[in-house]
Amino acid sequence: MKNNNLKALIIFLGPAMLAIFVFFFIPVISAFVISFTDFDIYSLGNFSNARFIGLRNYTQLFEDPLFWTALQNTLFFVILAGPLSVCVSLFAAMLLNAKLVKFKGIFRLSYFMPVVTTLIAVAIVWRFIYHPRFGLLNYLLGFFHVNPVDWLGDPFWAMPAIVLMSVWKNFGYNMIIFIAGLNNIPSDLYEAATIEGASWWQQFRSITLPMLVPTTLFISIITMIGYFQLFAEPYIMTQGGPLNKTLSIVQYMYQEGFRWWNMGYSAAIAFVLFFIIFLGTVIQTFIQKKLKHA
Amino acid sequence: MKSLLLRRVKQLNQKKFLHSGFVNPLKSVLSAKSACILFFILSVLFLSCNQKKDSQTEISFWAMGAEGEFVQKLVPEFEKQNPGIKVKVQMVPWTAAQEKLVTAYASENSPDVYQLGNTWVPQFSALGAIEELNSWIQKSSIVNQEKYFEGIWDTNVLDNEVFGIPWYVDTRVMFYRKDVLAKAGYNSPPKTWDELYDCSKKIKANLPVDKYPIYIPTNEWAPFVIFGLQAKAKLLKNNATYGNFQSKEFEFAFSFLINFIKEKLAPMSVSQVTNIYQAFAEEYLNMYISGPWNINEFKKWMKGNLADKWMTAPLPNISNEKYPGVSLAGGSSLVMSKHSKKKESAWKFIEYLSTPKVQVELFHLINDLPAVKEAWNDPSLKDDIYLKAFYDQFQNVQATPKIPEWEQIVFSKLQQYAEYTARGTMSVEEAMKAMDGDVNIILEKRRWMIERNSK
Repeated sequence: MKNNNLKALIIFLGPAMLAIFVFFFIPVISAFVISFTDFDIYSLGNFSNARFIGLRNYTQLFEDPLFWTALQNTLFFVILAGPLSVCVSLFAAMLLNAKLVKFKGIFRLSYFMPVVTTLIAVAIVWRFIYHPRFGLLNYLLGFFHVNPVDWLGDPFWAMPAIVLMSVWKNFGYNMIIFIAGLNNIPSDLYEAATIEGASWWQQFRSITLPMLVPTTLFISIITMIGYFQLFAEPYIMTQGGPLNKTLSIVQYMYQEGFRWWNMGYSAAIAFVLFFIIFLGTVIQTFIQKKLKHA
Repeated sequence: MKSLLLRRVKQLNQKKFLHSGFVNPLKSVLSAKSACILFFILSVLFLSCNQKKDSQTEISFWAMGAEGEFVQKLVPEFEKQNPGIKVKVQMVPWTAAQEKLVTAYASENSPDVYQLGNTWVPQFSALGAIEELNSWIQKSSIVNQEKYFEGIWDTNVLDNEVFGIPWYVDTRVMFYRKDVLAKAGYNSPPKTWDELYDCSKKIKANLPVDKYPIYIPTNEWAPFVIFGLQAKAKLLKNNATYGNFQSKEFEFAFSFLINFIKEKLAPMSVSQVTNIYQAFAEEYLNMYISGPWNINEFKKWMKGNLADKWMTAPLPNISNEKYPGVSLAGGSSLVMSKHSKKKESAWKFIEYLSTPKVQVELFHLINDLPAVKEAWNDPSLKDDIYLKAFYDQFQNVQATPKIPEWEQIVFSKLQQYAEYTARGTMSVEEAMKAMDGDVNIILEKRRWMIERNSK
């Protein structure tokens, strides 16, 4: 009996485990090992040119001003764009879920469109919107007598500009999940509340939000993980500039690894990022648990 | 396959013999005929198999971007001249080229011949990926150092060993608005730094506030290095193992250029110029140091009454002792994989691409400037007014330090500190001090390698 179980286990789980082992554990472990070496362009040709250097990549990383800039930018992005993105998605989902709205399909489609559009195409359009001399945004601001802003060229405005574009591009995805979450709330709760004379705001606070906690937890974790890995938007729009104000950690890692072939250093950055995301997820789960029990 | 068929024929003949009992003359003629046909088919098969094995070699050639797209057109002529050799061209996009070539090397799948930007030659030679070509050149009647621009040839030489043959060349010259400079009193372009500054000042006086005499983008390292070289700065020291950007010479050149941005003679933000040609057309920018790839773009955008309003000129020098001042030795080289099993054929292909005739053809195809000086005698190059500046400039070009780390130093560090100083977050002295610090970290590995090898 026991033997049979084991056989079944191996047959059913074996292939998946093997795939995970080959394509996940081996790369991760070797990356971890590499992060303690100075594996670089010289070592690609000849392994004896790589040195085991212990924690030096990590100590060097913590002394690297560019790493701190990148971390700061990424945190700024996550803190600004994360909640904003969740709020906008929730807002859009509630609008679409309202009984008064007609042509829901069309709205849902058009809100979801940016998610499936290629980022390159989106970036080209947004570069025009943000253009300091011919851009749509400055043109509109001109009506309110606001002086033209060099959105992507100004160290102060570049990151907010990236945030705006990312939120616009991504909120549709979370919106769909929120709509599903809203549909799962039994309508008799609202009926009962209405009969009791609860206002819209009271209903929102006491029914909608608590019922959406699991959905919000899922969405905020996924969004946070995704946003910590910010790469494509600044890579295409600003290449990390101006003054490295839009340089993200993943972009820095990419540059070090695949542009300059400092694989060891790049792997160290990857593991620091992994640790940060892990920490963020733990904190978020903890907070949401507290919320649920409160 | 051949033996199997033969056996079958034998079997058939045996059967015939057994069944008929005697040899029917007609039948035997027939079978002789079919045997003949079979023999003929077999011999053709055999020969064609054999030919593939013995006299037909296929070499692979990787080229980037436009070259990869169009070099195919040069191949048939080569295959006609060398009937035994076939060339398989593969196009690699520039953005992925380095990555692809390094991974191809790591998996021992390097192409026999490939194109390398000449600043990449040190890197691939450090990898041990490319063949040292001295002995090949000695035997060759086509490739010869004398036939090439001196500064360009030098980019391929590391410790007297040649690793690449220049294929096409580029360098940086000045693109400028003739009419705008003339209005400022400059009927010929500036020949010294002083004139460049004075000229910019005078142009600015004629322009509205939001237009600029010159464009010095901080995300292009080339002008900073060029002006540094003109000021005779040694960019790296101690056998290129330490940064030397804090030298008086480099700081002088660097601040000279940054000053244009600070005095609003050049725009600060790179994002304001999305289309440099458009900017030239509307006099938003009037001078720009750039390479030959821009000639056609300028022709395309400066049309109608603007067509004769722009020109190219060699670079000004720090003083008036020699004109033109030094510029960068850029371009692409042809290299041979160290692990290629078809080096003879690969070298033949490199030689073919290095003949003046084919060099001119490449120019006609995609406007790549010939590396072989003789090719410049062709009227299509000689009579081109925009190319004259380039030809003059090629007489005075210089290689950047030939170490694998150079690209990282200029792209990631020099450009960064150029931006920091242009925006005023750092002074030139602070920036160059930080620059040297970063460069010394980057070069740590190189120091270790040199020390280990000397032991």
